[in-house]
Amino acid sequence: MSNLLLFPIIIPSFFAAILMIFPKRLKLQRVLATVGAGSALISALVLLTKVNTDGVQAVTLGSWPAPFGISMVSDPLSALLVVTSSIITLFVVFYSFPTIGVKREQSYYYPAVLFLMVGVNGAFTTGDIFNLFVFVEVLLMASYTLIVHGGEKPQLRESIKYLLVNIISSALFVAAVAFLYSVTGTLNMADLAVKIPQIEETGILTVIAVMFLVVFGFKAAIFPLYFWLPGSYYTPPIPILALFGALLTKVGVYAIMRTYTLFFTMNIGFTHELLGIIAILTILAGCIGALAYFDVKKIIIYNIIIAVGVILFGIAQLNQPGVDGSVFYLIHDMLIKAALFFLIGIVAVLFGTTDLRKMGGLIKTYPVLGWVYLVTAFGLAGIPPLSGFPGKLLIVQGGFEGPQFWGSIVILATSLIVLLSAVRIFVYAFWGEPVETVPLKKSVFNQMFIPTVILVTITVVFGVGAELFMPFISGAGEVLLNPSIYIDAVLKE
Amino acid sequence: MRTNDVMLQTATKVVTFIILMFSVHIFFTGHYTPGGGFVGGLLTTSAIVLLMLAFDIETVKKILPINYLTMTAVGLLLALATASASIVFDVPFFTHAYDYFDLPLFGNTSLHSALLFDTGVYLVVVGVTMTIIQTIGEDE
Repeated sequence: MSNLLLFPIIIPSFFAAILMIFPKRLKLQRVLATVGAGSALISALVLLTKVNTDGVQAVTLGSWPAPFGISMVSDPLSALLVVTSSIITLFVVFYSFPTIGVKREQSYYYPAVLFLMVGVNGAFTTGDIFNLFVFVEVLLMASYTLIVHGGEKPQLRESIKYLLVNIISSALFVAAVAFLYSVTGTLNMADLAVKIPQIEETGILTVIAVMFLVVFGFKAAIFPLYFWLPGSYYTPPIPILALFGALLTKVGVYAIMRTYTLFFTMNIGFTHELLGIIAILTILAGCIGALAYFDVKKIIIYNIIIAVGVILFGIAQLNQPGVDGSVFYLIHDMLIKAALFFLIGIVAVLFGTTDLRKMGGLIKTYPVLGWVYLVTAFGLAGIPPLSGFPGKLLIVQGGFEGPQFWGSIVILATSLIVLLSAVRIFVYAFWGEPVETVPLKKSVFNQMFIPTVILVTITVVFGVGAELFMPFISGAGEVLLNPSIYIDAVLKE
Repeated sequence: MRTNDVMLQTATKVVTFIILMFSVHIFFTGHYTPGGGFVGGLLTTSAIVLLMLAFDIETVKKILPINYLTMTAVGLLLALATASASIVFDVPFFTHAYDYFDLPLFGNTSLHSALLFDTGVYLVVVGVTMTIIQTIGEDE
């Protein structure tokens, strides 16, 4: 029993509730939002070290015995993801100060961000599949608020699509949970992992596994369920976009990772092969989108979809290098996407547009920004020794060891397309004939640039010092591949 | 166009109090029998909505000058604080405590920490539903 693992969830919800009381006090809003996200990050770091030294932490709420109460479980994977999401939320709060606008800040922006953090951290921590639904709803509620926040016309149009897609997928989610319960009689993930292997009729379970893939696929934006993402993510302002791009789809990816390693392993030949094929299709679809547009936001948004495919391909292999690589790449991708959105946010503010064809020559006036962008773009494409490389290498290795070696070849080939799409922004925006830029105060630029540089530095450290982080990553992979560690921690408390 | 709604207004003045009393009753029976903060909150909201239908939003705002978003926040804080108290006593989160007390008038009564949590839920439900209804209603 350890309540510590709940702190990254409780702290932001406390601060969010407090911030709701005085929406107009700008200074206080900023300070308390920073303190809230910051202390959640500290508690997450403490939790990570505890998980690393003492093994998987679990608590079942309300002192009920384990399969009956709601279990919250913090294994290395969930602790790592909670730390990453807390870092990103903190930096998004910093980045919001100069960019989001006072009017938005004074209408419940920070509470919504913190509630989003509650939902994301909760979804990463929960050990109960219905509770996962609840936390997904919490983060969706917060994301509904954020996607319409400001109420501009395109935002309202896209938020209707976003709402519809998510309400339908949530309804499917509940239906899938009900099916699962009627077959197994339990919703506790550890208990499911015990009961599912005992059931002989794997046909119905395969159907349920595919249903869950559809449900989580909507959230994670896999092929062909990603159709809502490019439009919906395009409309909100950059800090919100960074938050969504870095965190929201990753909750879906995490849910697939968890369910497809812990208990939906009764018919790997079908479910995991399907997952692998869909992952490759997702990568290809994302690549087409990333090359098709001349809009900086769109290019990076399609790169989210590519990354989702890469991570899921590693999981589909279900072998040690594949899973380790997925964990590594997942964390890398959350950090690098936030950093990229921050950077293109600065570029878009400087040119007053997101259209690449109207940009050019920024390297002469903002050289540091240019080189930081180039480093980030190389990190995204996975050029060694940056953070995209170790994860992708492991995933490709996993593919070659598994049956879907052709998938690894696709991943290697598409890495070049990712590089091309990211460097295209560099070529168009930083090279060429200088275009007149919007005058920006030095202090405002620094306020945007400093959190970005720190975040990029974190990704570089994560890549260059990959050896330092590997014990954590392989610890996470070990729990994913040996469900018995997870089950023992929850049920034999 | 103003319709003559004397009957509705007169009835509402009485019925509102009956609904409010019933919502309090439902709220307190909640622990062992159906009811609780959620249903109680919805009933209270329905009483206020009835007032709004019979009179109008401005009048009701004058009668009940409450910022419902603040109410939601206070409710959230109360519910969270009650649940978090279990951290201080080093038992799993959400563990509730209860005991029997001899109270004047009520006699031997069992008091639960769940009641405090439910009060929080009640405030959140009233706050959120009233915010939604006011936001939709004001646009006309």
